[in-house]
Amino acid sequence: MSYRLEHLEELEAESIFVLREAFAQFENPCILFSGGKDSIVVTHLAVKAFYPTKIPFPLVHIDTGHNFDETIAFRDELVDKIGAQLVVGSVQEAIDNGMAQDEKGVHATRNTAQIPTLIDTIEKNKFDAAMGGARRDEEKARAKERFFSHRDDFGQWDPKNQRPELWNLFNGKKKFGEHFRVFPISNWTEMDIWQYIKKEKIALPSLYFSHEREVIKRGDTLLANSPFITLKPNEKVTTEIVRFRTIGDLTITGAVKSEASTLDHVIAEVAAARETERGNRADDQRSEAAMEERKKEGYF
Amino acid sequence: MKGELLRFTTAGSVDDGKSTLIGRLLYDSKSIFQDQLAAMETTSKKKGLDEIDFSLLTDGLKDEREQGITIDVAYRYFNTPNRKFIIADTPGHIQYTRNMVTGASTANAALVLIDARNGVIEQTKRHSYIASLLQIPHVIVCINKMDLVNYEKGAFEKIKEQYKDFAAKLDIQDFDFIPISALKGDNVVNRSKNMEWYNGPTLLHSLENIPVANDLNHIDFRFAVQTVLRPHTDEHHDFRGYAGRISSGILRIGDQVAALPSQLQSRVKKIHCGYKDLKEAYAPQSISIELEDDIDISRGDMIVKTTNQPQNSQEIDAMICWMGEKPMQLNGKYSIKHTTRNGRAIIKEMVYVVDLNELKRIEGKTSIVKNGIARIKIKTTTPLFFDSYRTNRNTGSFILIDETNNNTVGAGMII
Repeated sequence: MSYRLEHLEELEAESIFVLREAFAQFENPCILFSGGKDSIVVTHLAVKAFYPTKIPFPLVHIDTGHNFDETIAFRDELVDKIGAQLVVGSVQEAIDNGMAQDEKGVHATRNTAQIPTLIDTIEKNKFDAAMGGARRDEEKARAKERFFSHRDDFGQWDPKNQRPELWNLFNGKKKFGEHFRVFPISNWTEMDIWQYIKKEKIALPSLYFSHEREVIKRGDTLLANSPFITLKPNEKVTTEIVRFRTIGDLTITGAVKSEASTLDHVIAEVAAARETERGNRADDQRSEAAMEERKKEGYF
Repeated sequence: MKGELLRFTTAGSVDDGKSTLIGRLLYDSKSIFQDQLAAMETTSKKKGLDEIDFSLLTDGLKDEREQGITIDVAYRYFNTPNRKFIIADTPGHIQYTRNMVTGASTANAALVLIDARNGVIEQTKRHSYIASLLQIPHVIVCINKMDLVNYEKGAFEKIKEQYKDFAAKLDIQDFDFIPISALKGDNVVNRSKNMEWYNGPTLLHSLENIPVANDLNHIDFRFAVQTVLRPHTDEHHDFRGYAGRISSGILRIGDQVAALPSQLQSRVKKIHCGYKDLKEAYAPQSISIELEDDIDISRGDMIVKTTNQPQNSQEIDAMICWMGEKPMQLNGKYSIKHTTRNGRAIIKEMVYVVDLNELKRIEGKTSIVKNGIARIKIKTTTPLFFDSYRTNRNTGSFILIDETNNNTVGAGMII
């Protein structure tokens, strides 16, 4: 018998430790649930961490109103299955009451409008920790995130003044009005996520697997056709066999042409991929520091 | 891939080429994606460079890209068919010692970079001292920029001897030397054709073969309780599971255990890991434990074997690395966090402060400034259950927290 863990087991043990710390150190923590694979994995880990007790965190969905139908159906089914509470923060509502603004023009997205909606949802529900599925391998600014990431009472991140995080001693102390973002799967890579999904037989929305879909080619990105997208001159709708590598708002999540219809095919594709998964997220391509700017304001 | 996880940290001075080395490791191990490469090529061209500037990959934040320096710990990931690697990339400037300590606290290995033209300098000593203080089990000394000394064996050997002389004073269990050129790619992933005289492994080969599992303490079972699971459902009516992550050692069903501080004893009835029941569990697994008897155990308590118990005291001798803006004061009071246990601590004595440049002890100080390291004695409001940091990194470490602003200000290692 060799007393060693292989890397997925060690990552799982670390994430479960972080989830339990969040539960113990905060009064009212929640999981930010986007319907994407990373937040699905975080939810799965949370169920495991507290088994046989029911998952002690509500799932919070910041709903841009521009959703894939599959995401919403999947969300409702999952919430029902694990018996979690669902809290929805509506971007449309935030826009209607003037808290957030809808962007105009063909490149309009509701990405930045999510920020005030998210912060408002956190404040209204008195969440003192919001756990997310962000990973450090995703993007340069995220590479510097802590497991326990402090936010001031404006919900802002100060990357230059972060608390040092030593050993496994997470400091969740805060003043009234401040909150934390907690990232249990910080150390996982995209490949780890896929391998874990396979190992644990975790269900995913069908969007992650190849299917036929109407798309619009914009720059290097294939966007799903929907009522929320405005065609530019010269753009046309075509039908392709595609799948999504990330799942977010309909208007910004790019599809890739793919025949990968099973987990094994997807894993093989990820292994061979020559572009990062966020490579065709229109929101990250706005400028080199796009993610950092949004994170400072309070983005996921 | 069914390999283990290796966490390592990198340390070097500002111009030792650390970011370039990490970029090279990622590039030669084919861990860089096309869009990242394209972004680097564009930026390198904008800066008027002929070759790709690999340091662009790791210098994450906007301020850093503008100033061309790394200012915080950034984590990088790559894997080979044999292992998954997590790099804690930390800056080498004097004022950022705290970042290196942070990166080092979770590392199994440290890369110390030395510029072949400059040899062992004060920064090298400082970094190696921290690696030794933080008890990183393996240190790989990379003598970089060999291309700038004509790949000469003599230059490498001279620095190796210099380093060995100095390292004799430190407490490093295992170190190796590798002559490399991160810029040109010699001995990083691919064996160098320019240094036929070197027969040792490449850097990647070393990283792939460091024995990780041996670094864990499998002898002293320590289990700090994070929370107690009580489902109160019909199916699991009497379930009471003590949830936590094993700090060290091995636990089996039937083991006689004691809870601290109460010293109440019981036997292990069941061990759960997620939905699975285990016969035995070991560090660093996250599990929950059911005991035969109903005894009062809550967060902050520790479950250990009755025959192998940690020290139990309110008076603690420790090395501290100070990270707070405000200096640490003799008789100052702070919150302390040790395993899952919280309390308050007062600094009773400052035995000595370490002069990091000379590696000497200075006695008679009453405060430590940011990035200072000292040996101290503290008294805590609540007893702690601990081992020496040297025998157990998990139960031998603690942090101090400023009670006015809640910042983590001290990293402590129990002697």
